[in-house]
Formats: sequence, structure tokens, C-alpha cells
Amino acid sequence: MITVGIDVGSISAKAALINAGELIGSRVMLTGYNARNAGENIFTGLLDDLGIHRDAVDRIVATGYGRNSVAFAHKAVTEITCHAVGAHFQDPAVRCVIDIGGQDSKAIALDSTGRVKDFAMNDKCAAGTGRFLEVMARALEVDLDAFGKMSLKADRPAAISSLCTVFAESEVISLIARGERRANIIAGIHESIGSRVVAMANRVGITEPVMMAGGVANNIGVVKALEKRSGKTILVSAYAQVNGAIGAALIAAG
Amino acid sequence: MNNPDKPIDPEREKRKIKSVKRMKDIMTHYYIDAKTTDQTGKKVAWITSGGPVEPLIAMDVIPVYPENHGAMIGAAKMGVDLCEKAEEMGYSSDLCSYARADIACATVNGGPIGGLPRPDMLVCCNNICGTVLKWYEVQARYFKVPLFILDTPFNHTEYTKEAYAYVRAQLNEYIAFLETHCRKQFDFDRLAEVGRLSMAGQRLWQQVLDTAVHRPAPMSAFDAFFHLALIVTLRGTRTVVDYYTELLDEMKTRVATGIAVVPGEKYRLLWDNLPVWFRTRWLSDKFAAHAACLVADTYTSSWCGTLKYLDENDFFGSMAEGYSRVYINIGTDQMAGMVMDMVDKYSADGLVIHSNRSCKPYSLGQYDIQRIVQEKRGIPSLVIEADMTDARNFSESQIDTRIDAFMEVLKS
Repeated sequence: MITVGIDVGSISAKAALINAGELIGSRVMLTGYNARNAGENIFTGLLDDLGIHRDAVDRIVATGYGRNSVAFAHKAVTEITCHAVGAHFQDPAVRCVIDIGGQDSKAIALDSTGRVKDFAMNDKCAAGTGRFLEVMARALEVDLDAFGKMSLKADRPAAISSLCTVFAESEVISLIARGERRANIIAGIHESIGSRVVAMANRVGITEPVMMAGGVANNIGVVKALEKRSGKTILVSAYAQVNGAIGAALIAAG
Repeated sequence: MNNPDKPIDPEREKRKIKSVKRMKDIMTHYYIDAKTTDQTGKKVAWITSGGPVEPLIAMDVIPVYPENHGAMIGAAKMGVDLCEKAEEMGYSSDLCSYARADIACATVNGGPIGGLPRPDMLVCCNNICGTVLKWYEVQARYFKVPLFILDTPFNHTEYTKEAYAYVRAQLNEYIAFLETHCRKQFDFDRLAEVGRLSMAGQRLWQQVLDTAVHRPAPMSAFDAFFHLALIVTLRGTRTVVDYYTELLDEMKTRVATGIAVVPGEKYRLLWDNLPVWFRTRWLSDKFAAHAACLVADTYTSSWCGTLKYLDENDFFGSMAEGYSRVYINIGTDQMAGMVMDMVDKYSADGLVIHSNRSCKPYSLGQYDIQRIVQEKRGIPSLVIEADMTDARNFSESQIDTRIDAFMEVLKS
């Protein structure tokens, strides 16, 4: 049985294809302004990559903020359930998933079957999300992909105390004006995300093994900040960003 | 009005609560009476929602509730404009949205009913929050009218005789305040009668809410949010007793004939905190789409939750305790205990907690209550961050995802 999971997030759209319980391929693209098109484009793009015809796909599950705009999906499931299923597939021992996406961060506690026991999401505010990092990268004129590695060179992470993205950005600008090293500022940004997300995740309990999912998992600086703050080891799979799409494809397979 | 082109869905019609129309008529008459006192010579007192209204009724003063008005402003989706107006006047956006809407509305006579009638006096009881003190002081200055404050100490652990004596003494001052400003003697026999009607109304309101114990529930918390207005505004009058008798009959008939407010009810949820007035329909449809019914809530039951402290034979004296021990004037442990009692009573499968940006005393302690209920009852819970009136504090897609995910947890 061939199934596809489509995760239309606020910044990027992801798709994953599963055949007989095996991950065959995945793809990531920017969502752009039209979530409906993003769902269609990521689906056809993935099928083209894999040389699979549309008719060969048995079932499709959509997830993410744009889950209800993927008209051709058979079902919409939230990314909370999908991330739990995806993480359980990648490592059945996982008991906690921390997902930091474009516009929200979530902590999910799961049981030994991959079922969601409890979850917590960030306040309706962009601080501690992928969008927050984007804003900071722009202010610092650093490519977001370089953010993680750069922060590892910090000797004294700067303190970013504001809880508001816009105010935090002005804090960053004044740190730049004061001549603070970029690495220290970036490390400070990561630590501020780390402390926010860990405080939220503690509401559901950070039980090891902990897996990080979502695009921000590719930022080693954030992962390190989360580990430092929580005192726990955090697993990051190569498929962190498409974890939700994998979960959706698995749910589609039933 | 029926649209002739749109066929009537008989199932939907059957589920509609018929008493709604009568309730709307009562509220309309109530506001007309309150806004025509220049013709009747009656006095108007603005009073907080948890305040002791019975002495006002006994004095023929028409009580008017800025908070009920705030709910109407919210439901009419006029909250944001008025909150912004208050912010232009210099009030912080962190201030309660009822307070902002009311303070702004008084200056422009806006809102769905063109503003509240001008008060002759203000009665403020801080059993619901501390904000009302400053809010009512602002309005007392604006309208240049006398203000009476009833200070009900917070019950952190237990109710003390000192707290009783303190509030009991203030009740005498309250009567003296009314005698001065109404220029007539207080009639305690009349108060005893009003007290009896108040308690009868509260008992009936509790019985109405209790019909949702039945599975499937004949009404939901969303219906309670609407029908609540009478026990708040006209408590102590015959009107309330008559109306809730009728509503109770209708609910009993619905139970007997198996009319469910949520067709195919599968999940039963308990709601905590005030409604999100500008999104009640959206939330109601959202939960109903998951076959989930909000069978009870901690908010509407607050207007009958202190019956056990009231004494029909000494209503005046017992008001001291009754008005001090309301749901949000007690410690978190006691609140959690009441939530668990409701979980048991209504057989709730889950708890939906509205963390209300406006109502700090109601929202403080919610994470503890959530933890306690999860530990002791093992049911899942959901926190929704929103506001009762200010729509700027509501993000639809975030709340939509939270509710869907919560229901996925419940169903799995």
C-alpha cells in the first residue's frame, strides 16, 4: 500500500511517501502564500522525484496549518498526532517529541505505542519559533543555515530577555550596536528559545528519549540550548523536518 | 425570519431551545425599563456580576450590570472597537476587556444597545476580582455618583469567623448607603421575600444545569452561557423563578424525548472560565463537529454555587458568607475540588480550560487545576488562550489545531 503524508506548515510544505511500512522518499519546499497550491505542488513534486504515478497512491493524509486546504487528501490530522506517530516510527523508544516549526512550538508526551498522552503548545506569539529565528537572522545579516554552527563559537552567550519577537529584535540590534560578537548574540537567541521551549515542555514532562522534530531541529545551536536547559539528551533524526509528513503517511496506511 | 428559499432542517429545528425567544423578550423589557427611568422615577444602580443585588431589588432600584453588557458587546463583536477606544483614552491593553469596553462605552454610548442607562449609584463587590475597584472608581468619578464597595476577603484555605464578621458589618453599611441615596427606609421583610425568590431562582438554575447530567445532554454550556443572563441580572425577582421553571420543563421534555443538543453526542467535556463571547458559535460548531458536548462549566454554575451558605430564614445575614465564598474567591485547591466534583457529576471525558487574558483571578492557578485533575481523574485537558471580549487575543488557526489535536487524543 502506497500512502503519502502532506504537511503544509506556515513556512514550508513537506511530503513523505510510505510503501509497505517503509519510507520511500520525502520532499520539502516553501509554502508561499497559497497553501492550496503548496499541497498540490509538494505532492506532484515528490511523485516526480520518485517516478510514481498519482494513481498508484492509495491514501493521502494532510497535516499542518494548511491541512484543511489540501482538498485531495482523504483525511486531515493535526501535526501533534502526526509528529507522535512519525517519531515512534523513527525510534519506538521515544517518549517525548519537541517540535519547533515556523509559527509554533510544541511538546508532545507519547506512550509506548506512539499514542499522544499529552501536549503543550506555545502561547500565541512567535517567540521561540522558526519565524523568530528568521527575524533574528535578518537582523544579524546571517544566513539562517549558518546560525547553528556559528553559535557554537560563542564564548559568552548574550542575554536576550524580551518575550516579544519585535522587542527581542531591538535587543539584538542594540547588542550589535554595542559591538557584541555575532556568535554570542546568536547563542543568546538560541538560549532564549531553549528556555521558553523547555519551560513549556516541562508542562507535559520531558521524558527521555527525547526527539526533536520540525525544521528548527536542523539548527544545532537550538538543539544544544535545549539540551543545556533541560539537562536531557535530544535525538535529531535526518528526517526531523519531514517527521510530521512521515507520521501523516503512516496514519494514511492505517 | 424564515427565508422561503432556504428549506428548514427539521432536525435542527427540533434541537433548538424554544425558551430562547421568551428569554430575549425578558431581557429586552429589562433594558427598556432600565433605560426609561426618567419616565418612571426609578433609580438605577450599576453592580458587579457577583455583587449582592437583593437589597437593590428590595429597594426598587433597577440593577444594571456592566459585565452583562460586556458580554453583549463581545457577542455583538463590538469589543475590539471599544477596547481600542479605551486604549486611546490611556487604559492599558492588559486591563480586563470588560472594564475597557465599559469605560469606553460610557463616553460614547456605543455597543449593541446604545450604552447603559446612566447610574444613580454604583455597587462594587470585589469577590470576583480586584479590577472592579478601580473600574468602579473611574465610573463613579465619570458619572459623579456615589459608590459603595463591599470588600469580601479571599478564602485561601478556609472561611473564618473574622471574615464573616467583617463582611457582615459592611452589609449594614450597605443598607445605610441605600437608605441615604434612595431617601427611604429599608424594608427587611421585603428583603426576606426577595431572598426567598433569589434562592428559588438559584435552585432552579442549578436544576436546569443538572439536566446535562443526562446522556445525551439536552443543553450545553453554550446554552447555559446564554440563559445565564437572568440569574445574573434579575436574581431575586419572580421573573427569574417563572422563566427557569419554564426552561427546566423544556429541558425535562428534551431529556424524556431524547433530544440531544449535540447530535450523536460521544464526548462530554467540562469548560472552565468565561465564554469567548465573540466566538461561541464557532466553538460550539467546532466541538459539535467532533461529537463533543460541553456538558457543564465552572462559570455559569457560579450563580448557584453558594446556595449551601445561604439561609432562607436569615437571608440578609447569610449574604456575608454566600457572597464571600463564590468560585473565584477561593483557593486553587478548593477550585480543583469543585472541578473534580463536576467532572464526576457530569461524567466528563475531558477538561477544556480557557486561559482568559482578561480575567486574571479566574485564570491564575489553571495549570495547577489542570495538573490536579489529570492526576486524580486521569482525564485529558486542553488550554485555550483567548479573551472573553477582545477578539485581538484569539488566533483561530492555533485554537483550531489545539481542539483537533485534543479530540484526537480523546478519540485514540
